[in-house]
Amino acid sequence: MAAPPTGAAGGASILTSNTRTGRIIRWVDYRLPFVAALQHELNEYPTPRNLNYWWNFGSLAGIMLVIMIATGVILAMHYTPNADLAFDSVERLMRDVNYGWLLRYIHMNGASMFFVLVYIHIFRGLYYGSYKYPRELLWMLGVVILLLMMATAFMGYVLPWGQMSYWGATVITNLFSAIPVVGSKIVTLLWGGFTVGNPTLNRFFSLHYLLPFVIVAVVGLHIIALHTHGSNNPLGIDHRGPQDSIPFHPYYTIKDMFGLSVFLIIFAIFVFYMPNSLGDAQNYIPANPLQTPPDIVPEWYFLPFYAILRSITFDFLGIPGKLIGVILMFSSILLLFVLPWLDTSRVRSARFRPIYKIVYWFLLIDVFVLGYVGHNPPSGSIVTIGQIATFYYFLHFLILIPLIGKIERPRPLPISIGAAVLGAGAGAAAAGPTERH
Amino acid sequence: MADLAQSHLPAGHGGGTRRDFLLLTAGALAGVGAVITVWPFVDTLNPARDTLALSTTEVDISPVQVGQRLTVAWRGKPVFIDHRTPEEIKAAEAVDISTLRDPQKDSDRVKKTEWLIVVGVCTHLGCIPLGNKQGEDRGPFGGWFCPCHGSIYDTSARIRQGPAPLNLAVPPYEFTSATALKIG
Repeated sequence: MAAPPTGAAGGASILTSNTRTGRIIRWVDYRLPFVAALQHELNEYPTPRNLNYWWNFGSLAGIMLVIMIATGVILAMHYTPNADLAFDSVERLMRDVNYGWLLRYIHMNGASMFFVLVYIHIFRGLYYGSYKYPRELLWMLGVVILLLMMATAFMGYVLPWGQMSYWGATVITNLFSAIPVVGSKIVTLLWGGFTVGNPTLNRFFSLHYLLPFVIVAVVGLHIIALHTHGSNNPLGIDHRGPQDSIPFHPYYTIKDMFGLSVFLIIFAIFVFYMPNSLGDAQNYIPANPLQTPPDIVPEWYFLPFYAILRSITFDFLGIPGKLIGVILMFSSILLLFVLPWLDTSRVRSARFRPIYKIVYWFLLIDVFVLGYVGHNPPSGSIVTIGQIATFYYFLHFLILIPLIGKIERPRPLPISIGAAVLGAGAGAAAAGPTERH
Repeated sequence: MADLAQSHLPAGHGGGTRRDFLLLTAGALAGVGAVITVWPFVDTLNPARDTLALSTTEVDISPVQVGQRLTVAWRGKPVFIDHRTPEEIKAAEAVDISTLRDPQKDSDRVKKTEWLIVVGVCTHLGCIPLGNKQGEDRGPFGGWFCPCHGSIYDTSARIRQGPAPLNLAVPPYEFTSATALKIG
């Protein structure tokens, strides 16, 4: 770890200065090295000098998590987790509580924004091969965060106790009834009754409050793993020396702040001008256990997975289609855990992988197609399209990714980040391969 | 300490030692203890006694005319009570059950042929099928039609088309008199 000059100089002043603040900080740091740790992770932390704006989304997601917890803690003070009172308590929050509407709209749209940020973050990782050696655990912790987010979002959506809350909960918990032998017992256990009801609402509220803090803990591990080998970068090559990096602060703190400003403008447009555009109007009708809405659709961020779930309309090898659908839906995410080992190419960035670059975009299109299929009622050609798209999703990860690594001839990699970014001379050695950039 | 260290030594030469035995038995016992400790935590999530106490529903079926269908709540779920017409009974009995996904004879699904009593929850993902109210879509088999994912049931509430794997469930019930029905 070569300490870049600016960071080291800036950091040294606080920890060694003889002012009163300096002495207090030294007293604390001797016992709990808090400032020193911050200094180490922010000031001295060497960051590749070539990170583009796709690298903003990790910190944006982190800020979004804080916004969700801050609004959520306040919302919980006004919310009543009881099947008879929940819907009315949310309406009271919207109409009577000062700025209740604002906090709820931030929280509601924040969930959607959180998934936008995280999905972009994931596809950034897929494009630039951020999941490869030595960042496999970093990637797997990210998948854990995604799973926790999905569970949290699903349970949060149940809390307002509208029609879509109730029937979404019914459909998703019923997935577990597909498990052979013990399925219906598990579903009863999840419900605490014979249908989704008050016990279900209570436990979902408890877990919806708990899981975000579990996410915070896993994010902590995610950042420790990140800082162990540092950020990947658009070239996907390793950091070789001081000429390849700049200190995180102030260069990337300022870049993150700029990205945050742009993001907050978009977020505010949703909160203030179209707060219900991403939700379902059905959820403003109180839950009615004896009346199914005409069409049950999950929130947009679950649509691709919902499409995979519904795609299997036939039994296969004696296994009921419903069970296969459930297995495939869970596998579609669990696959990501083993992606670092499915990918046989050692070149990280798609910039140097001509074939992978193409299938990457096909995967992205495929996921959008799945989302479209999940949004529409399953009839006619929608079913067929859903089956093809599901097939392609698994083909991509299980066949194409291992195969392309074997047959593809990657383009020559630059000698170093510094050489590629600053041109020949600054990188000292490289001349030829860097011309491309 | 000395003899403990010695008893540990032969492990390197293969074969279990006294320490291995203690480790395994203590570990196994601790595992069993952990499971026993966790069980009450998990079991609190199962239906409580007051929830279970609501598990029977009594219905007066005397006002239900032939051809009429009634929905009642049992354990928070809708139960469909269908006073079937002779044509519907005939249609249900005429089906060759070898063609069915979940083969069941109509006579196995009813106690009195004119009364069909089933849980009105689609066996696919738990939606409530249409067809129990006047004017709702009953699907091509004259039974029920689930709007969520298009499952179609016949006049014996057996699955005929669509993704649902099973027929609508028959709840436990008995006719306590000529006009009274007890479900559960």
